Amino acid sequence: MVQTTAAQKTAPAPARQGWAALRRRDTITRLSVITALLAFTLFGLPQLLSLYYTDAMTQVAAYAIVALGLGMLVGRVGLYSLGQVAVLAIGAWAAARLLFATGQPFPVVLVEAGLITMLLGTLIGLPALRLRGLYFALITLMLSGAITVVLATVNFPNGGGGFTGYNGGSLHIPAIRRPSIAGTDVAYYRYAVVVAIIMFVLVYAHIKTRPGRAWAAIRQSEPAALAAGINITFYKIWAFALASFITGVAGGVLAGADRFLYSIDFHPQDSIALLAVVLMGGVYSMYGAVIAALLNSLLPAALQDWGVSQDWLTILFGIGVVQVLTTAPAGIVDQFPRDMKRLGGLLWRLVRRPAPGAPAASAPPGAPGAPGASRGGKA
Amino acid sequence: MIQVDNLTVRYGGVTSLDGMTLAFEKGTCGLIGPNGAGKTTFFNVLSGFVRPASGTVRAFGTDLLALPHFRRARWGVRRTFQTEQAIEQLSVYDNVAMMASSLRGGARRADVLAAIEFVGIGASSYAPVGTLGAGQRRLVEVARAVAGKPRLILLDEPAAGLPDEETAHLAAVIKSIPGQTGALTILVDHDMSLVSAVCETTAVLDFGKLIAVGPTATVLRDEHVMRAYLGTAEV
Repeated sequence: MVQTTAAQKTAPAPARQGWAALRRRDTITRLSVITALLAFTLFGLPQLLSLYYTDAMTQVAAYAIVALGLGMLVGRVGLYSLGQVAVLAIGAWAAARLLFATGQPFPVVLVEAGLITMLLGTLIGLPALRLRGLYFALITLMLSGAITVVLATVNFPNGGGGFTGYNGGSLHIPAIRRPSIAGTDVAYYRYAVVVAIIMFVLVYAHIKTRPGRAWAAIRQSEPAALAAGINITFYKIWAFALASFITGVAGGVLAGADRFLYSIDFHPQDSIALLAVVLMGGVYSMYGAVIAALLNSLLPAALQDWGVSQDWLTILFGIGVVQVLTTAPAGIVDQFPRDMKRLGGLLWRLVRRPAPGAPAASAPPGAPGAPGASRGGKA
Repeated sequence: MIQVDNLTVRYGGVTSLDGMTLAFEKGTCGLIGPNGAGKTTFFNVLSGFVRPASGTVRAFGTDLLALPHFRRARWGVRRTFQTEQAIEQLSVYDNVAMMASSLRGGARRADVLAAIEFVGIGASSYAPVGTLGAGQRRLVEVARAVAGKPRLILLDEPAAGLPDEETAHLAAVIKSIPGQTGALTILVDHDMSLVSAVCETTAVLDFGKLIAVGPTATVLRDEHVMRAYLGTAEV
């Protein structure tokens, strides 16, 4: 080890141990919080929610996976895909077809639907991967439009025969089968959450190991990644394939949730709204995907419940994206805790120094010399 | 060792490297010259970002130009960039571990940790790079260049913008790279005190042509070199 005075000065050994201890404690706290939250989501939440909201939460679970895939593409590799809803539709179609045609267990069908979507999604995305930025977004939007047209012609399987499995004239359309252990809506909600957890773990495992490092390097700078011997095309395809896989699985979850699928459920413009909520949630954190899914699936359900027009959503998402792009590039997941911390600090100072006879606390926050001013300026 | 013969690079009408011929034997070698002399272009040729119009580069018996760019890192070409390229979101360890390496599993891990230890970052290997200072980030880049059996290390202005104290540490690290790894190290920098502290041999480029090469102290006193730097033809 090269030791000079500069290094010794910046590297006291106790500080290093302190870091490790802090890290370990941090990890334990984080793990217990996550476990508690998951336990509440799985067992507490269905008790509190009506069936209407439980169904909405099943959608949230499915769309959290989709948002995770898109967030990974945008945040880790810098690919702005506007075709994820079409990829989702492919997954839903494949899962529905397999569920009608075969008696395979549901999890097997989910994996198969994921693999089929991965294959198709990657094949479609392959030429698009040569493009970047706006051009990539445009071509994925166009391809998604094309897929929607094909699906509108072919229709979703509903128990008919042939390759398409569509039975046009039937009055008694059979519902898409659910797993035997998750027949009811509440049980299926739990099932969907568990599938979502598995997909999050899968992506987490990727991000924390070699592919994650390669993606981070590519996003930082392609020349630097090349200089490190990273095969850029290969890792981009890998990211696209992984995102397609989990989106396909989400399609399968959605097929079981909706039980009847129609091509009008998968609008190409939903992909744009999806990108908006993913950006709002935060693309650099996996929690951002959950927030995005809540915005995408729970909020519309809540608005409908409260009798508010859905048009407000478009306006809200528009403002939200502008807000995120201007003030919080890492999304709500980064901004909200930061703002709360700042608010907490302000309140704490107010409490500590009661208003009478304390000019600093009662001064307007923007005033020079007020404690909030310097803090706010720095953040 | 590296042998460059008659290397020419043109960007449209601009000739960035003009028949450059140069040989470096071993150790740490300096490459200096005024802005636009072609130093970074030379590095870009070696790392495969720029295809030369003519010329050959042989390094340790391998025709470097025949290798596709993504193979060169595996072969052993390492480089840092003028703008710092440490990745903020990743830890120090992950930043170094992204370098291509023939090692696998435990050996790879040990190699990465040894590289971090070697440069003496003075922070935990698991600290996010975003929390480090500018000098430490530069050291992360150097650690990345040292990891995974390098043969040819190209450092492009590693000390740019660093305070003297950190530059001194960086100089000590760069000076001991050849002894640690056996790699030929080429340093491009404008800081002459760094170059003379670190490099035994130094070459000087001006307008894409090699104007001097030899022991660093001799080269820095050369009147052609002074003229190229100071632009005083009539001294």
